[in-house]
Amino acid sequence: MNAMLTTLEETVLQDYKYGFVTEIDADNAPKGLNEDTIRFISSRKKEPLWMLEWRLKAYRHWLKMEEPKWPNVKYPPIDYQDIIYYSAPKQKANLKSLDEIDPELKKTFEKLGISLEEQKRLSGVAVDAVIDSVSIATSFKGQLAELGIIFCSMSEAVREHPDLIKQYLGSVVPATDNYFAALNSAVFSDGSFCFIPKGVRCPMELSTYFRINAENTGQFERTLIIAEEGSYVSYLEGCTAPMRDENQLHAAVVELVALDNAQIKYSTVQNWYPGSKDGVGGIYNFVTKRGICAGNRAKISWTQVETGSAITWKYPSVILKGDNSIGEFYSVAVTNNYQQADTGTKMMHLGKNTRSRIVSKGISAGFSNNSYRGLVHIGKNAKNARNHSQCDSLLLGDKCGAHTFPYIEVKNNEAVVEHEATTSKIGEDQIFYCNQRGLDTETAVALIINGFAKEVMNQLPMEFAVEAQKLLAISLEGSVG
Amino acid sequence: MILSRIQPVKQNQLKKKNLINWKKSKNSMRDMMDPVQYFTIKHQQLQDLKKDSALSVIRNKGLEAFTRLGIPTLKHEEWKHTRISGLFNKDFEFAIDQAVPSLSDQEIKALRLPGHEVANEIVFVNGCYSPSLSRISTGDHQLRIVPLEEAARNEYREFVSKHLGHSGNYLKDGINALNTAFAHEGVFIHVKKGHAIEYPIYLYHITDSRTNNNYSQVRNLILVSELAQVQIVQTFGTIGPLESFANEVTEIVAERDSITSFYKIQNENSNANLVSTTHIHQIGKSQTHTVTISLDGGIVRNNLNIVLDAENCESHLCGLYLIKGQTHVDNHTTVDNVKPNCFSNELYKGIMDEQATGVFNGKIFVRPQAQKTNAYQSNKNVLLSNKASVNTKPQLEIFADDVKCSHGCTVGSLDEEALFYLRSRGIGEKKAQSLLLHGFAADILEDIKIKPIRDYIDHLITERLEYEES
Repeated sequence: MNAMLTTLEETVLQDYKYGFVTEIDADNAPKGLNEDTIRFISSRKKEPLWMLEWRLKAYRHWLKMEEPKWPNVKYPPIDYQDIIYYSAPKQKANLKSLDEIDPELKKTFEKLGISLEEQKRLSGVAVDAVIDSVSIATSFKGQLAELGIIFCSMSEAVREHPDLIKQYLGSVVPATDNYFAALNSAVFSDGSFCFIPKGVRCPMELSTYFRINAENTGQFERTLIIAEEGSYVSYLEGCTAPMRDENQLHAAVVELVALDNAQIKYSTVQNWYPGSKDGVGGIYNFVTKRGICAGNRAKISWTQVETGSAITWKYPSVILKGDNSIGEFYSVAVTNNYQQADTGTKMMHLGKNTRSRIVSKGISAGFSNNSYRGLVHIGKNAKNARNHSQCDSLLLGDKCGAHTFPYIEVKNNEAVVEHEATTSKIGEDQIFYCNQRGLDTETAVALIINGFAKEVMNQLPMEFAVEAQKLLAISLEGSVG
Repeated sequence: MILSRIQPVKQNQLKKKNLINWKKSKNSMRDMMDPVQYFTIKHQQLQDLKKDSALSVIRNKGLEAFTRLGIPTLKHEEWKHTRISGLFNKDFEFAIDQAVPSLSDQEIKALRLPGHEVANEIVFVNGCYSPSLSRISTGDHQLRIVPLEEAARNEYREFVSKHLGHSGNYLKDGINALNTAFAHEGVFIHVKKGHAIEYPIYLYHITDSRTNNNYSQVRNLILVSELAQVQIVQTFGTIGPLESFANEVTEIVAERDSITSFYKIQNENSNANLVSTTHIHQIGKSQTHTVTISLDGGIVRNNLNIVLDAENCESHLCGLYLIKGQTHVDNHTTVDNVKPNCFSNELYKGIMDEQATGVFNGKIFVRPQAQKTNAYQSNKNVLLSNKASVNTKPQLEIFADDVKCSHGCTVGSLDEEALFYLRSRGIGEKKAQSLLLHGFAADILEDIKIKPIRDYIDHLITERLEYEES
């Protein structure tokens, strides 16, 4: 396949190196969305009746809702009937070991740099790989089970652990929360489920790798992480998709529940296909992520590196319900060419002595638009709540835009809230300094950007930090002239 | 001179029509009238009354926009925290044309600002310019004051048609459109080329709510010509115990090398509601300075737009809201950097006590060609009570890369350490608190360059802070 590419195509591919398609037989639902589609998905997943009813309820509510228009992004209307809502690679059911996975699939993951086998042996990261809509393989399951940790695909969890699902699914992001969350609740096909029992510190990083492969599909996965009292888990999420001229919809929901003294660290490196240089194609990434510090002294930390997607529209939030709980949000969002990003966070302070910290770094280049939109809400009873937000934007080029929309609502006089934001470009003196010491301009810019994003990168687990740094460099290649 | 005052014959007919209210409180729901419908009828009356008015085209446009946009609700992003629609459900009297009610000297005196002896005073009563109550000491060759209707047809015709309604490009809501739909009784103020006006201009907006709840509207246009300098103070007053609701728009055009200072002082009672819009369009390299002080009122909404439409413009925006009770003060500011090399600095401070609500929304736009922009914005809030709240949204929208923009925002209570420092030196808790608050507010006061006004505000603040001690 590679031999047939012209030099030109190769250059394009270099920009987005995950843009290949894997030829795998897939089991697809018919195009379009109606109650039958939902029944089809539910029956394919061999779900119990209550699950189907939950989905249908969400769907019926979705029909009554309107697509939100407030984000600072522009896109042509989405035809929800022109999407395949379920696409699963055909394979033998119930794999016992990784050796049984379709070799084509394995190759895909090797190309992505996630060799499931290698990971199993070396890096100590448990991976749940999701292709299109279905979880393909989960590694290290046995070892985790010994500690009582449940780490499996969502569909398995629905079958095996219905009580936990019934209790927690939709408890943080209700099925009726917003337009895309409702859509996801109706048609979600798979995702990861993770349960850390009381007092257990998860010994390895858990990770999900999402990939959209098939054409015309939308990906709707659902992740649910529950950390019981005193437990700890660090979770990684990565995503890629092939290059296609059409826009594909990705509407995921992530729910985190942290009970007393629990800690959840959720890191994302989002590298969906951003569209071509002229803004054709790319993924619409409309995601609802929310965590709740349900118990006292719980902590939830979101770290995200956003480099992909034609349009990103996501606000990982934390509801600080328990007293003394902590919410954190670290983000680097890079937009180039015609990408649009409207991202930020929500910190809802409800409990006493709750603290939150927001660090957001936006980098825009080309013709892109990058917005930070955040809400810090301090409720009446959130005595002594404390928030500090910092959002910095860096502009590379004069055709791009950087926007900040921070909402601060304080209903209590003991709270202290601070927000600061700056917007600037890379100083000519900084570049000159680097040039003087023998670095060419492109390297100098990469160096400065790395420094700019360092505060957030430091929050990433080591395995991801390296990848994220490379991504930053690739995303901005050619944007310095 | 008074072109717009109606003939006595018509007065009777009008009296009857004037009795239509938004909502007749005494009667049942059936009599309730939709505000849009109500204002459409009123608008028609006004247009019929002034058939050959030069402003009728712009008024028609305003009404068209108003019917399209309607009264803003909480769903309207710019009105998210200010429930203005509630006012439109109340029973208000809106007179499009009426004789200026007689006000006693005593009543006027109570509203006068210090330093009025050496100021040009322009008085509006119930939204109408009152030449008899106004007093202009500066000569015609330096400062000209013409009723808006007249300005729209004489030598200022072109200027008025070009600049009146520019604020509508920025305030896309029904309230601004409503003001445009009834623009008629305001004034046009021309500060002539090369003159630094010695006496400040005091604008009094008086609403008479002695017998009825009163709704009033004023629309003014101010031109500060090349090399001119002027200081303007605007204040609002309500006479009578009933509710008032004023919707005021002042548009200012600043030409090359001019310096304009604009001070807005709001210290009414809790029955006085206000939407006050100041729109400054800097069309030449000029300097503007605005200070907005809100101390009391019902629902107060201030819109301040600064359009930096020429290179090397400079603008300073300051504001203080020191409120308590049920007062709701909403400051919406917009700084639009259209041309390169402009500078703007914004500082708004708020102190909220009891159940007061403060809202701050500051926008900075930097257009693609506006390189080398320097724009700073800061909003600081102190909450003194458990029931007070503040909603703030400092917003940046930047499309040019070679800029320096920053914004900061804080919400908190008083610094414990500073309080402790004062207390350890034998100063009582209340006294220490009022000292700190006074210091917090003093930053803004320093920006008021007219000494009598500055002293007056300082006095009001001191009084307020000391009152809290008792």
